[in-house]
Order: sequence, then C-alpha cells, then structure tokens
Amino acid sequence: MAAAASRRVLPGFGLTLGYTVGYLSLIVLIPLSAALIKTFSLSWEHFWQIVTAPRVVASYKLSFGTSLLAAAINSVFGLMLAWSLVRYSFPGKRIIDALVDLPFALPTAVAGIALTAIYAGNGWIGQFTEPLGLKIAFTPIGILIALVFIGLPFVVRTVQPVLQDLEAEYEEAAASLGANRWQTFTRVVFPLLLPALLTGFALAFARAVGEYGSVIFIAGNLPMISEITPLIIITKLEQYDYVGATAVATVMLFVSFALLLVINGLQAWTSRRMGRAR
Amino acid sequence: MLSRVFSWAGFVLAFVFLTAYTALAQTTILNVSYDVSRELYKQINPAFIDAWKAKTGETVTVNQSHGGSSKQAASVAEGLDADVITMNQAPDIDFLADKGLVAKDWKSKFPNDAAPYTSVSVFLVRKGNPKGIKDWSDLAKPGISVIVPNPKTSGNGRYTYLAAWGYALENLGGADAAKDFVKKLFGNVPVFDGGGRGATTTFSQRDVGDALVTFENEARLIAVEFGADKFDIVYPSLSVEAPAPVAINEKVVDKKKTREVATAYLNFLYSPEGQAIIAKYDFRPRDEAVLRANQAKFPPVKTFDVEKLIGSWADVRKTHFADGGIYDQISVK
Repeated sequence: MAAAASRRVLPGFGLTLGYTVGYLSLIVLIPLSAALIKTFSLSWEHFWQIVTAPRVVASYKLSFGTSLLAAAINSVFGLMLAWSLVRYSFPGKRIIDALVDLPFALPTAVAGIALTAIYAGNGWIGQFTEPLGLKIAFTPIGILIALVFIGLPFVVRTVQPVLQDLEAEYEEAAASLGANRWQTFTRVVFPLLLPALLTGFALAFARAVGEYGSVIFIAGNLPMISEITPLIIITKLEQYDYVGATAVATVMLFVSFALLLVINGLQAWTSRRMGRAR
Repeated sequence: MLSRVFSWAGFVLAFVFLTAYTALAQTTILNVSYDVSRELYKQINPAFIDAWKAKTGETVTVNQSHGGSSKQAASVAEGLDADVITMNQAPDIDFLADKGLVAKDWKSKFPNDAAPYTSVSVFLVRKGNPKGIKDWSDLAKPGISVIVPNPKTSGNGRYTYLAAWGYALENLGGADAAKDFVKKLFGNVPVFDGGGRGATTTFSQRDVGDALVTFENEARLIAVEFGADKFDIVYPSLSVEAPAPVAINEKVVDKKKTREVATAYLNFLYSPEGQAIIAKYDFRPRDEAVLRANQAKFPPVKTFDVEKLIGSWADVRKTHFADGGIYDQISVK
C-alpha cells in the first residue's frame, strides 16, 4: 500500500508541483498580495472605518446578496437547460447549445447596454412591467437580471458533461426497482449531479461578485440602494484613494474566498458521499 | 558558447541601431487626453502637423490616447510616455504635479491658466420644456427628475454638483443653505451613470428624467445627434466655468528631447486656427474674435470660477467629494 502511494505510474510529481505553485504565484498570488500589502499601510482603525462605512456595507449586502441569488437562479434554470440539451433532441438544438456560451463572449458593456435598453421604461419588456409597478432597469432587480445573464453558461457547462456521462441505465434500474419519477430524480439523478451543480454555482457566484461592466449600466447606482461593491472601489480609485480602494477589495476578496471555500467543501463532501454510497 | 555571445551582441546592436534610427527619422509626441476630446484632437493633430512642417520643415507624428480622465492621469503617473496631457479638470493635472511629472506652476506656463478652452454646465430638457425648468432652483423642486453623472466617478458630475453649490451660495446664502439645496437636487436623481456619455444615453435613449445636466458641448452634440426637434438647451442664471487644462510632462519631454515640439503643440491650441477647430467642436474658445464669430452657438452666460467662489481644488476634493465629505453626507439618508 505504502509503496503504491509513493510510486506513481507517471513520473514528474516534483516538476508539476513546482510548476503549479510557480504559475499560481505569478498569475494569482503576487497580484493579490500586492493588494494586501497596500492595505497594510493603513492603521487597523482606519481600515475598519473605511470598510464599515454605511455606504460600503450597503454595497456588500447588495453585491453578495444579488450574486448568491443569481447563482441560485442559474442553478435551477441552468440545470433544466443542460437537461434538455443532453436528454432530448429537437430542431435547432445545436444553435441553442451555442447560444449558451454567448454571455462568455459578449463584452459585458454591450450586455449591460442591451439589457438596459430592454428593461428600461421605454424598452420592449420595461414598457409592460412599469405600468404594473415593477421597475426593473435602474433597480436591484436589474442588477439581478444582469448577473443571471452573465452567470448562465457556468452552470450549464459544468452540469452538461456530467449529465452526458450519466447512463440512462441508472434511471431504468431505479424504475425497475419500483421508484417513481420523482424518486428517481431526487434519489438517483440529482445526487449524482449535485457536485457539478455546486461547482457551477460557485463559478457563477464568483463571476457575479466581480462583475462591473454589465451591471453598471442597468444598476442606476443610487447610493445605499443600487451601488455594487466594485463601483465603490472604482469611485475610490477615481478620487485617487488607492489605499481605500484596496481596503474594500481586500474585504471582498476574503468574503469571496470564504464563501468559495465553503461551496467547494460542500462539493467535495457530496461527491465523497456519493462515492461511498455507490 | 562564443557563437552565442556573438549572436546576443548582434541582437543588442541591431536593437540599438533600430531604436536610434527610428528616433532620428521621426519625432513622435503622445497626447494623453480625456474621453470626449477624441474627435477634437483628431482634427487638431493634422492641422498642427501641417503648421509645424511649414514652420520648421520637420515631420512630426502626434499620437493620441483617450479614456476616463482620472484613469488617464493614473496611467501617466505609472509611466505612460505622454509628452503632453490635455484634461478636462485641473485636479488630474495637479495629481501629476504632485507626482513630479508636471511643473508645480503648470498654470503659468500657458495663457488663461493653461486652459485653451472652457465649457459650462447647462440643462438639456425635453422639447418645449414641459416642466418649465429655467434654473437650478427648478431642478430641486419635488416631482422633478434630473439626470446627473455620478460625481464620485465623473468630472462632469462633479462640476454639476459644484455649479448647484455655487448657485445656492450666491442666491440662498451660506453653506448650510447650499447643503440643503444640493441634497434636494441630488435627491431628484433616479440614476447615477458612471460618466457624461452614460448619462446622455439614459436621458436621450431611455427617456428617463425631465432634465439632463451636462457640459454645453455634450448638450449641443446630443441636439445634433438626435435632432434639434427633441431637446432644448436651457442656460441657468449662473453656471460653473469648466476650463480644460493642458500641461507638459517634464520628465518625458526631457527624456525624448521633445520639449520644443510639445510646447508648440499646446501653443497651437491658442492659435486662431486651433481656436476655430475648438469652437467647431462646441467648446468655448478663449480667442475673442473666434468667440464672436460663433456667438449663435455660445450665448453669453454668467459663470463662476470654482477656485474663486468655493475653494482650491484640493480643498474642494477634501470637503466635498472625499469619503465622508459633504457629497457623501447628502447622499446617505
């Protein structure tokens, strides 16, 4: 057993580990630590005062709240999309499959302007919802819609391959053992998909938290109501307040990292549980 | 081993010759500017190149770079090799002066406090002015919706805020009254766009708001772009003068030996030819003759100077726009 663990089929562990650490440092860790080091020039009281200003706190709630909600919405509808793309064949399926990736490719500013044009009071959709008292553009609802838009591909593209590998035999076996459709889905299919779904959720969430380009057009950017945290950072940069900007960025970084750690832990836990159950 | 040394030496030599050659062959200067001046400088540059050629026989290339003004200033501070900097607000040049790139007394290096043209904040209202908006006091009334770019991210928005503040100081008297006034006015803003252009889109394309407050050149551009039958320009009783300052990047012109041509480039902006192009792009020229020739475009308007009425830019930034400043106080209810 011990011999098997130390001897691997393919050599090069040292090389790959060195490469991984080196590459990650260069691309991720060094820029991020530069942000951290800049905040160290602040005293703790000053740092705390900056990152807990009422306007900044309101922006955390908005940014993390709408991002989590958008990721949740994407998980539900992205799963449905992936399901119909894998399990059914219908005319135009390939086109729809390609459409899913568009939010990746579209410059976010274009997405923001297009969404604003549609959901504003004189837009295609906005003209019907505003008389009903539902204002979408220039409110937090608009932010949510933009975040759902940019996050969609992440869930579809993480769930799709797993769903493709999921043999229909599992469902047949469940059915032949007497499970009804709901039981087949909740007890057999969904648990197998859950790890991939959580990964998609995490990616969509992470993307949404950092999103600036599309949101800024549709948000309205009212202080305390619809200012996202990335906007707060930009406003500080515009005032040449680099230290304040990195202070808020650091808070964002830590909260995002903590949330992603939790989601990844959950993902690992569910896949291990599935591994044992099988 | 030896051959490798030779090939390296060859490479280095070739590189040295190549850079020396390009430096000799042509003088290139870079003008780093703000967003809205793109079209203006596209026309200024060829005119200057011709004038410089006629005067000295040298061919000069002028490159331009545009973007949000504070971001452009930051790039110059980080080492973007700008020979000249042409901005729309003094604080961006002051920032570079603090970094030691621009002379501390940059305002005295060129006429008119080193600002070859100005603009003023005006109102754009829907055709026929259905809400009867005439002055700043109308914008602060309940039930009026005003579009202003975000003063936190946009020079245009900052000038709007300061114009309203100045109006209140002059007409209502005292900082407390002014604070109350701008609070009411900014309470009427339903959307804060990141910059002047974004606010234009919100007002003209999304049909949001009864009035847009923006620079005169932007307001005139909208009138041309979307038809004069849709909007009217309203001049308030008092507005703010927004000079567009220019400066030379001392570090870069010394390094590139381009001081002479860079200085001539900025002086060209003050020449009758340069001033005429400036007026064509709806910026108010300094030259009296050019201004008179374009009187229809630039009706006389009473303006105030921010530094004279309200305070130095450094103070304005600290008391009004910095975190916890008056703008923050009025926007956090």
